[in-house]
Amino acid sequence: MADAQRMTNDGHAIELTLSGLTKTYGSHRALDGASLSVEAGECVAVVGESGSGKTTMLRCINRMVDPDSGTVAIDGHDVRDTDATTLRRSLGYVPQDGGLMPHWRIVRNVALVPWLNGMRDADERATNALRVVGLDPDELGSRWPHELSGGQRQRVAIARALAASQSCLLLDEPFGALDAITRSELQRQFKKIRAESRVTAVLVTHDLREAMFLSDRIAVMHNGRIEQVATPSDLRATPATPYVAELLSHVSEQ
Amino acid sequence: MFALAFAGLATTTAAQQTGSNDRRIVVASKPFGESFILAEMFAQLLEARGFGVTRRPGMGATEVAFSALRTNGIDVYPEYTGTGLIAILHAAPETDPSAVFGHVSKEFASRFGVRWLPPLGFENTYAIAVRRKTAEQYKLKSLSDLALVSPNLSAGLTADFIGRKDGLPGLQSAYGLKFKQVRPLAQAVKYQALSSGAVDVIDGYSTDGFIARYDLVVLTDDRRFFPPYEAAALVSPRMQKELPGAIAALTELSGRIDVASMRKLNARLEVGGEPVGQVASSELQALGLLGGAAKPSQISTGRQSLASYMWSARSSLWDALVRHILLVLAAVVTGVIVAVPLGLMLEQVPRAAEPVIRGAGVLQTIPSIALLAFMVPLIGVGVWPALVALWLYSLYPIVRTTYSGVRDADPQAVYTARALGMTPRQVLRYVRLPLAAPSILAGVRTAAVIAVGTATLAAFIGAGGLGEPIATGLALADTRLILSGAIPAAALALIVDALLGMVETATTPAPLRHAKSERSRENTVRKG
Repeated sequence: MADAQRMTNDGHAIELTLSGLTKTYGSHRALDGASLSVEAGECVAVVGESGSGKTTMLRCINRMVDPDSGTVAIDGHDVRDTDATTLRRSLGYVPQDGGLMPHWRIVRNVALVPWLNGMRDADERATNALRVVGLDPDELGSRWPHELSGGQRQRVAIARALAASQSCLLLDEPFGALDAITRSELQRQFKKIRAESRVTAVLVTHDLREAMFLSDRIAVMHNGRIEQVATPSDLRATPATPYVAELLSHVSEQ
Repeated sequence: MFALAFAGLATTTAAQQTGSNDRRIVVASKPFGESFILAEMFAQLLEARGFGVTRRPGMGATEVAFSALRTNGIDVYPEYTGTGLIAILHAAPETDPSAVFGHVSKEFASRFGVRWLPPLGFENTYAIAVRRKTAEQYKLKSLSDLALVSPNLSAGLTADFIGRKDGLPGLQSAYGLKFKQVRPLAQAVKYQALSSGAVDVIDGYSTDGFIARYDLVVLTDDRRFFPPYEAAALVSPRMQKELPGAIAALTELSGRIDVASMRKLNARLEVGGEPVGQVASSELQALGLLGGAAKPSQISTGRQSLASYMWSARSSLWDALVRHILLVLAAVVTGVIVAVPLGLMLEQVPRAAEPVIRGAGVLQTIPSIALLAFMVPLIGVGVWPALVALWLYSLYPIVRTTYSGVRDADPQAVYTARALGMTPRQVLRYVRLPLAAPSILAGVRTAAVIAVGTATLAAFIGAGGLGEPIATGLALADTRLILSGAIPAAALALIVDALLGMVETATTPAPLRHAKSERSRENTVRKG
């Protein structure tokens, strides 16, 4: 599909470097020296159980959380040198439940970031982005979010993260709340989009299977640290720590 | 619409207080029958002598009327020397009427620049009354007799009387009275309460028209506890300076009304239900002070049915209704202008939110009549103090719903809006505010309905509106008059509520209505 390529052609895939991130909430150490490199055009899945720090780490990238120490760099530039809102508009973000504006129709939701960036073709971009995620803009564009199914809403959220040719996608458990059939449909769609656009992506998930299916490399997170970063096959072949091994054993049991 | 409301209020106010040269004299009264009659006599006499008059009958209580006079908000009202001595000067009671008059004349002139005209000729002192049956049963003639049996009796007294030094507290220590129970009762229900046996003793006035109607016995003040209460016209500083001719005209009444004729006049108004304008004009004619046909006041208490009364008074009721609507509109619109931004600000400073909202809530708990009375020394009488009070009342519901509506707006949507690069200002304008709109409107609706109710009390400080017939009706114990104001006020409250309810539905986008019903459905399921 040419659409997906066109979406990201005017942006460029970026490379992300997270080094030595720490973050403490009261007595809880959410991040304890986490480091991770994501190459341009690569999709890295961050896997871990709830409380492992994976969402906090994701939020450090778009500065929704500022780490106590450590740095996040995009193409070698510290994100703290960029104004937070400008930074966020360049990074696509997909939360678990879509996070659509309930009082806006679908097209307006998808056009949000292009509109914030003052792009004249915001609506056209939104329409294209809807097609990229497999939704018919003519049929759904003028509907309200509550009139859509959970899966459709999640597709809209992905379209919104793509519509402004964002240079990177940050996905926070994007398929976690969906039923099994819808989830696997969306996973396949996402894989297709990624195959065409090669946009850099960080996918936070607690589902190792999903991570293996969608990502180029997997970062296993435990107690605020990255235990191992490896391709799915390397991870399966040589788990670096007992925790990674245990995590793998659960997948094979299923 | 808002500008219209202010323009409307401004013109009605201006009509009542034109420039100082050709100024109309504002004649006021306190809210009871005798005060209405005397004020109406003042007004008609002044009109007959060629002065323009604005009537402000039934203003608050002594404090409200007097502060209005002192600050030139009104020009003349009938007052009693004893009240001046004790309630206003807080001086020790004296027993000689001319000594009291001398005392108050001197003090009022030097302290307030207010002048007492020579007394009208009668005293209206407090009178303690019981049912004839009670008097016979306990052989009561004087207050000393009452003191012996008072532990068996319950008293229903006006709030004013219970609180004043020259009222219940003084009476108790002078006679050793100790009632089984003391209930504060409004003037309007006191006599019914006594005759039905709900209470055994009430306070009244020696010139009271109801004493004969209910066949009551007035107990004599054998220890001369009550100071003399000579009735006289009390005149504002401005009127003394600008209108000496009007003062000369009013002085024509001095010494012309004796106790017997005042009691008769009161009975004609309160028992006979004669219109106050007619009572006043016939008495002025009898005194030879009024030549031609009198111009009667709008206060009419003829014995008509409620419906025919309301029909006959339709034009003044319509004016009162319009004025009422303007008051509410102006107060609520200014309330929105202040409270919505305040609510939004508080959301940014959560630490200040609770104290500020609680402060506005405390304001809400001040009884309306107290808040209105409090406004008088600060802002005077009429429309402005009423507007300020109504505005203060509108703040709490609007601040609270704005704050909570914005704070509780769909947190996921708000978070995502930020994460996608909206500035805090954009989040507020495009996400939080639209999502909070239904909640804010609900607060405005509450504020408007409260304002419609509270505005009826604005009549006590001379702001007019539908409270005017209510206040007069309460003072004259005339249920029909009360209802002629209360029914339109209640209808107005219902209409305002329904209209704003429709606005609320119309301005809530379909998805929010859906979200609301879904949320309540979820709650029901959870509870089930």
